[in-house]
Amino acid sequence: MSIPGEVRRDFPLLQRSVDGKPLVYLDSAATSQKPRVVLEVLQRYYEEYNANVHRGLYRIAERATLAYEEARAKVAAFIGARPEELVFTRGTTEAINLVAYSYGGAFVRPGDEILVTEMEHHSNLVPWQLLAQRRGARLRFLRVRPEDGTLDLDSLDRCLTERTRVVAVTHQSNVVGTINPVRDIAARAHAVGAVVLVDGAQSVPHMPVRVQDLGCDFLAFSGHKMCGPTGIGALWGRRELLEAMPPFHGGGEMIERVDLENSSYKEPPHRFEAGTPNIADAIALGVAVEYLQSLGMDVVRAHEKALVRYALAQLAEVKGLRLYGPRDSELRGGAVAFSLEGVHPHDVAQVLDGEGVCVRAGHHCAQPLHRALGVAATARASVYLYNSPEDIDALVRGLERVRAFFGLSP
Amino acid sequence: MLEELYREIILDHYAHPRNRGRLEGAEVAVEGVNPSCGDEISLYARVRDGRLEEVRFEGRGCSISQASASMMTEAVRGKTVAEAGQLADRFKAMMHGQPPDEEQLGELVSLQGVRRFPVRIKCATLAWVALQQGLREYEAGRPARVVTSSEDEL
Repeated sequence: MSIPGEVRRDFPLLQRSVDGKPLVYLDSAATSQKPRVVLEVLQRYYEEYNANVHRGLYRIAERATLAYEEARAKVAAFIGARPEELVFTRGTTEAINLVAYSYGGAFVRPGDEILVTEMEHHSNLVPWQLLAQRRGARLRFLRVRPEDGTLDLDSLDRCLTERTRVVAVTHQSNVVGTINPVRDIAARAHAVGAVVLVDGAQSVPHMPVRVQDLGCDFLAFSGHKMCGPTGIGALWGRRELLEAMPPFHGGGEMIERVDLENSSYKEPPHRFEAGTPNIADAIALGVAVEYLQSLGMDVVRAHEKALVRYALAQLAEVKGLRLYGPRDSELRGGAVAFSLEGVHPHDVAQVLDGEGVCVRAGHHCAQPLHRALGVAATARASVYLYNSPEDIDALVRGLERVRAFFGLSP
Repeated sequence: MLEELYREIILDHYAHPRNRGRLEGAEVAVEGVNPSCGDEISLYARVRDGRLEEVRFEGRGCSISQASASMMTEAVRGKTVAEAGQLADRFKAMMHGQPPDEEQLGELVSLQGVRRFPVRIKCATLAWVALQQGLREYEAGRPARVVTSSEDEL
């Protein structure tokens, strides 16, 4: 199963060229490109029914409210969830902070433990550091095996104690691509009474994800990495947990009755959506998930798996190139971190840019993971549904140019 | 355009860094970190009679940050503390778009091509920001500390 090459034509930005060279976009782990249908719905919303939601009595306000709530239902269905369990947020970062403040503030006590992994993006580490500092809780860490970029699951049972309140783990590494066995981790965490938050920023856009199958309690993800706009994402939470949680932000939209001293709050999900929400981008995210469903998430996953297999084989042929993360494409997603001996990743990315090839270089917001791997920085190529083997070929040609540019022997 | 960024002299300093290594007991010892990319520079200078008698650096980072540090150690050696600070000002002014003072800057002018790549400017200024911080600490008689290149905002 693979995605036909015509799909690329759905993405206006991918038709562009850089210095006369076709644009080769290999940074979808940072943000994905957007199909035309998503761009069009944004324009249509602002031109035809821009109005605030949940309050106007006029027709365009009703239409905006309906479209916003329909988008919630679409995004919830995309992950096998019910709309009343899906909170719109600015993105993964805000979703995780929401849980750290609201759930953590109410249920994490001094001396409790929060287990995170060394693999996390900073957005699934720093909010827990802040919570631990506020609540006098203790952070514990599940280590990464540097040889293959997988979690040291053998030590999981030692890391989980009766004090563990929260386990926060990424579904798929944004650097080395490792897909973590979230279901197994969640089952073992539940056995000690902890709740489990899964960072789905790199998995929800790239493979079929159903919350029942993950067995977690919270799932956070971002719209802009899955063909949607920036500034919109979602938190899914088990209904009884969301109901037990106090509000995150206070303001309009999230209240039932307000007196000078006190207020009562709406039920979830609206309890957690204070202020005018990001209406346009939520509606566009609904269209983005429809677009992904029209291709089929199992097809997207199969397409990327084949591309990663091809990329790992081709990159292994480049002299002096070191790959990080699992070699088996079954165990990993589309982010491929690498380094080139004798050339700093920033210089690799700069020369590749000269060839029209977009990759990312640096610590990819995962400094502890890089420390575990024993490097300060890596270069990262990441693929999505619109990439093809030709894009990988362009990357490999670009890397040969990098080697020549920096005077490395052919 | 890439050739403007990676001038031959820059690649030469990157491949063959000058004055690399620690300097034990140096009067100036400072670390610079660029938080956006993780580049690190440790800078040491021995000061005798108000002049930078010897300057060395250690670090890891991209070609621009390491070459700039290497070129700096050569450029400021033998200068007074005040002269070294002024040279750093001139260098930073060039990196932020002002016409370079070619007579004063010498081969450092080769780094001006970096200006066309905005995200790389901090790579080039990292060592210089660290130097100025180190000189300030030295003059104030304070111990060394970590600085970040993001403190360089003109």
